[in-house]
Amino acid sequence: MKFSVTVTLKKDVLDPQGKVVLNTLINMGMNNLKNIRQGKHFEIEVDEKKQSEAEKKIDEMCKKLLVNLIIEDYTITKIS
Amino acid sequence: MKSSVIVFPGSNCDRDIGVALEKMQFKNQMVWHKETKLPKSDLIVIPGGFSYGDYLRSGAIAGKSLIIEEVVKAANSGCLILGICNGFQILTETGLLEGTLLKNKNLKFINKDVYVKVFNNNTKFTNKYKKHQILKINIAHNEGNYFTDTKHLDKLKNENLIAFRYCDEIGNIDDKSNPNGSLESIAGIFNDNKNILGMMPHPERMVDEIISNNDGVNLFSSLFN
Repeated sequence: MKFSVTVTLKKDVLDPQGKVVLNTLINMGMNNLKNIRQGKHFEIEVDEKKQSEAEKKIDEMCKKLLVNLIIEDYTITKIS
Repeated sequence: MKSSVIVFPGSNCDRDIGVALEKMQFKNQMVWHKETKLPKSDLIVIPGGFSYGDYLRSGAIAGKSLIIEEVVKAANSGCLILGICNGFQILTETGLLEGTLLKNKNLKFINKDVYVKVFNNNTKFTNKYKKHQILKINIAHNEGNYFTDTKHLDKLKNENLIAFRYCDEIGNIDDKSNPNGSLESIAGIFNDNKNILGMMPHPERMVDEIISNNDGVNLFSSLFN
């Protein structure tokens, strides 16, 4: 079973990288841009038959290593 | 006093701190991160550098290494722990210190001598400094922008757990003298028991007049008191 994990900075945490990317895109002439927040993406494959069990495992991985819960939020989505 | 310096792949200030500790009369040992036992130590230092190439987040991978379990045990039984730069980042990743270190506000790696003010001189690490003494000390980091939640920040202030704050040459603390955007210009903090100090500036680089200055000396000599 394969999952994707998206990690983003919490909305109150300043994201200077996102801001620089936003400004660069505006300088490149891309219009109608409102905001950009930069994050991280993981694709995780687990050897597990039950989806709920697999999600539980991935949630544990997020909490213990992949995500810094002080500044980051995450979402887990099943890919296949 | 006996000290141990933990060495990770990518540590690059380990020898500097080793030299500084020996100069300050510590009996020092270097400990590779794969060790599962720590030599008996009064002080454990987690040095600066780029452990594991800063993969995932600065300090994240080192924070889960084998030796860290022993460091956590030692810390909880009162051993003195000093985390410098990447060492500070690692300590926040282990949970021994609260908060985290974000990318510098200007997104640049900053390597320069800055000024910091001593905020609590009543600890094992800082008792040889005067309160509000200004030190000139080197910083060299990309992620030194200290951040924590309001509750913890209040606690840092109320319980006098802020060790150092960035300031200018005459001690003003403002946005201009804050090199990396740290909350409240925080440069170093203690844990509740004040046996753990995490700091972004490098005291080990300030123990010799010939190459820099002696402003870091008292941090090490304080530990003998």
